[in-house]
Amino acid sequence: MTEPLAELASGERRPLARLLTRIENGDPSVRRLLPELFAAGRRGHLVGVTGPPGSGKSTLVSALTGEWRRAGRRVGILAVDPSSPYTRGAIMGDRIRMMEHAADRDVFMRSMASRGELGGLAGTTWLAAAALDAAGFDPIVIETVGAGQSEVEIAGLAETTVVVEVPEMGDEVQAIKAGLLEVADIIAVNKADRPGAEGAARQLRAMLSTAGGRVSREPPPILLTTATTGDGVAALAEAIDRHRSTARDPERARDRARNQLRRALADRALDRASANPGWDEAIEAVARHELDPLTAAEELLP
Amino acid sequence: MDDARSTPIRVLIAKPGLDGHDRGAKVLARGLRDEGFEVIYTGLRQTPEMIVDAAEQEDVDVIGMSILSGAHMALLPRVVELSRSRAMDDVLIAAGGIIPDADVVKLKAAGIAEVFGPGTSIGQIAAYFREHARRTRD
Repeated sequence: MTEPLAELASGERRPLARLLTRIENGDPSVRRLLPELFAAGRRGHLVGVTGPPGSGKSTLVSALTGEWRRAGRRVGILAVDPSSPYTRGAIMGDRIRMMEHAADRDVFMRSMASRGELGGLAGTTWLAAAALDAAGFDPIVIETVGAGQSEVEIAGLAETTVVVEVPEMGDEVQAIKAGLLEVADIIAVNKADRPGAEGAARQLRAMLSTAGGRVSREPPPILLTTATTGDGVAALAEAIDRHRSTARDPERARDRARNQLRRALADRALDRASANPGWDEAIEAVARHELDPLTAAEELLP
Repeated sequence: MDDARSTPIRVLIAKPGLDGHDRGAKVLARGLRDEGFEVIYTGLRQTPEMIVDAAEQEDVDVIGMSILSGAHMALLPRVVELSRSRAMDDVLIAAGGIIPDADVVKLKAAGIAEVFGPGTSIGQIAAYFREHARRTRD
């Protein structure tokens, strides 16, 4: 075992925090470490939590963390927040809702800015999750940017994707706009102490039992939770744990692998193409409308 | 491509102690975001231990603390001490708020890099962080 990996395995927080920074910054040393990092992974359960802004994702992750800690599990959390497309700055406030676990050395939380990625994650979130796995956290929770209908990147990465909704989403027009709901392995209707929660859950059940696009999959369980009081949170933690074996059947594992490979190939292609001396010229030509983007891409990467 | 790969400075903004006035901290967090920093905002009523725990996990370049309660002499040097005890010597630690001049001298002697009083602009704070925060590590 090389030194960085031994440090990770030691349970010390600083080496892990430092490695996460190198990962986020695209430090070249990470590339060399990657095979070993993956080999050191202990296959902790990779759980995605997504949903619209204000649905209570962070509070729910905090409450779930309480459940897992009572079961003696070490919990790793990556909370992704959006970077400004103009200044590239970000405000990350997820720790405010995680205060309860601030003094717990078996909870590791890291805030990640999305740094220009649009799918609800940062481009390096998968690598950060691999680092938490090598450090022995299980589960590893990834909380996405507040998501609308297209930020479904998380489903290609997480083994179990929890979509958090709130009772107010429950009118049927909203429910038909599937988007995020289609990728849910489990749906939590959070803030269930508000009026309309039962109705919202009923509508979701009715819609998802007949929805197209997921014929080969069981409809996801729909659970009512109130993260602020803890109601329903134990049942949600159980549902997530139960889903782990489903998530690991070979077909689903292949789906995730295909997605990861596709992303890695896209990154590699972009790296190669942008190193081509004709790169700037190709951008100019496309900008002047003299060349279409597909032909330009073929010329840069024959 | 180079642009997308340069690395933003990470700043933890915290409110140590018991005063409940976080408007200034929030304005600063937002202002630093607009200046291109990645700001981790931890909210109110943080103990020095909580602040240093968060800074360690987030591997920030800067800890910025806003304090209006008068308890700065009890809380701020403790943050420096804890950071150093965890080998986080290269983290820039700064404070802002209402702090008497005599205390500013003592805080600087205790390892607080800079104290920003009322009327300091966000631009000045951003410039100071850019100049003094570590940019590259390892």
